[in-house]
Amino acid sequence: MAEVLVYVDHVDGAVRKPTLELLTLARRIGEPVAVHLGPNAEEAAKVLAEHGAVKVLAADAPEFTEYLVAPKVDALQAAYDAVSPAAVLLPSSAEGKEIGARLAVRIGSGIITDAIDLEAGDEGPVATQSVFAASFTTKSRVTKGAPVITVKPNSAAPEAAPAAGTVEQLAVTVADSSKGTKIVSRTPRESTGRPELTEAAIVVSGGRGVNGAENFPVIEALADSLGAAVGASRAAVDAGWYPHTNQVGQTGKSVSPQLYIAAGISGAIQHRAGMQTSKTIVAINKDAEAPIFDLVDYGVVGDLFDVVPALTDEVKSRKG
Amino acid sequence: MSLRIVVCVKYVPDATGDRHFAEDLTVDRDDVDGLLSELDEYAVEQALQIKEAADDAEITVLTVGPEDANDALRKALSMGADKAVHVEDDDLHGTDALGTSLVLAKAIEKTGYDLVVCGMASTDGTMGVLPALLAERLNVPQVTQLSEVSVADGKVTGRRDGDTASEQLEAALPAVVSVTDQSGEARYPSFKGIMAAKKKPVESLDLDDLDIDADEVGLAGSWTKVDDAAERPARTAGTIVKDEGEGGKQLAEFLAGQKFI
Repeated sequence: MAEVLVYVDHVDGAVRKPTLELLTLARRIGEPVAVHLGPNAEEAAKVLAEHGAVKVLAADAPEFTEYLVAPKVDALQAAYDAVSPAAVLLPSSAEGKEIGARLAVRIGSGIITDAIDLEAGDEGPVATQSVFAASFTTKSRVTKGAPVITVKPNSAAPEAAPAAGTVEQLAVTVADSSKGTKIVSRTPRESTGRPELTEAAIVVSGGRGVNGAENFPVIEALADSLGAAVGASRAAVDAGWYPHTNQVGQTGKSVSPQLYIAAGISGAIQHRAGMQTSKTIVAINKDAEAPIFDLVDYGVVGDLFDVVPALTDEVKSRKG
Repeated sequence: MSLRIVVCVKYVPDATGDRHFAEDLTVDRDDVDGLLSELDEYAVEQALQIKEAADDAEITVLTVGPEDANDALRKALSMGADKAVHVEDDDLHGTDALGTSLVLAKAIEKTGYDLVVCGMASTDGTMGVLPALLAERLNVPQVTQLSEVSVADGKVTGRRDGDTASEQLEAALPAVVSVTDQSGEARYPSFKGIMAAKKKPVESLDLDDLDIDADEVGLAGSWTKVDDAAERPARTAGTIVKDEGEGGKQLAEFLAGQKFI
């Protein structure tokens, strides 16, 4: 069976959920071979093996953290040369897309980004994408070379599929030309303790109606009662009420959770582009004419400062 | 020596319009008004700020696209760019990201450059891979997704805000940079700028000028193929209630019914 390379996204060996989703999708088109760059490959390999990785190609080099992107492209290319895979899958993060794009040029392959589903097809893997602010769904293929495809988080439910997950060291030589962009310093983001926005099963977002950074704790309290991530509309982010890393929309994150709760968000195209594919959508807004109500499964026309705290209390008491 | 800045821009269908696909499954660019991709305005703005901070710099704005894409160039020129290059050729219709990066890279080399500035993604394709593709093809450093950028002493520095960390980056010129919508509000063209833009030179290039074979680009030469594009069915109308004091409770009932709580 043809092998499929899966680029592992991890934090010091802790494999992030989108990688497990990639392994599940990879099994539809071949045998997953994981590529783990950085420390703690043995630890990661256990989780990767549980989800179907037959092999884990591991490499660690100081260049991966000293220089931007290009050294990882060198490593992934080494894995590609070693395996000659039928496809290469990466997470649709900013870095995942950049690594995939550069690899595609080097190996003469086409690239598809932001797939939300992947299936085997007669002429190679078929990727489903959601485009034009999620108003269209397309099906596409790579027609030259081994397909390079980046997949959005929450595109598949990770399945257990125990496999060998044998760790093999990958020999990587980082080219001098890949050391062009130095990472001079790195400031880790403080953890909020909440789920990652793009990976969360539930997202609670606040918009213009939240009316100030000092009111966002109302949104956070509901999110915490549900174990949800917190999002914000562009209006709220541009006003400086909430960090840009939490922005949901065309120029922020695109999310596809099981449940999306929009509070005080009118639902401009910019925002809809980032949340329209959510399974269940709920909105709370003062304005009965707000376009967000066109999308909802359940909407409450009312003041979010009444409805959201009441909902938070209800959730808490029901969860006991 | 003058700092040569090339800003890559894209002419896109207006995101607030009714965007759809043409019969050959390429983006329909005829029935929807086009404009300079909003995210590229940030690239033009940062290029202008870099020029203002430099002793001597010249900004060339570059696009690949149909005749109408000239509008995007004019907008960038009216914001303050010095000159423009428009790569236009019927054989380019349907070119994908890899093909576009090939054409842009050749045009950038022909123009001459010390710094290439791009937006973070287009507002139509939204792939966000072009800056990385250009860095790979031009074999120069990739300094991308910057929320802050500056150029001094032959080096570009900037801040890249990622999900897990914020990184300070540095590279020697020549380099490819992309900037995010957090890099600073783009200026509006002044009346004077709009008038001046009419007199600024726009050079037109075709595939022959760039030594690119027609079969390397266009729909047939694409590295990818769209087999199907279907309009997403409208979401079925949901239940909407007015809060009469029980809104929170009603919402909790709904969520419990859906097994979220």
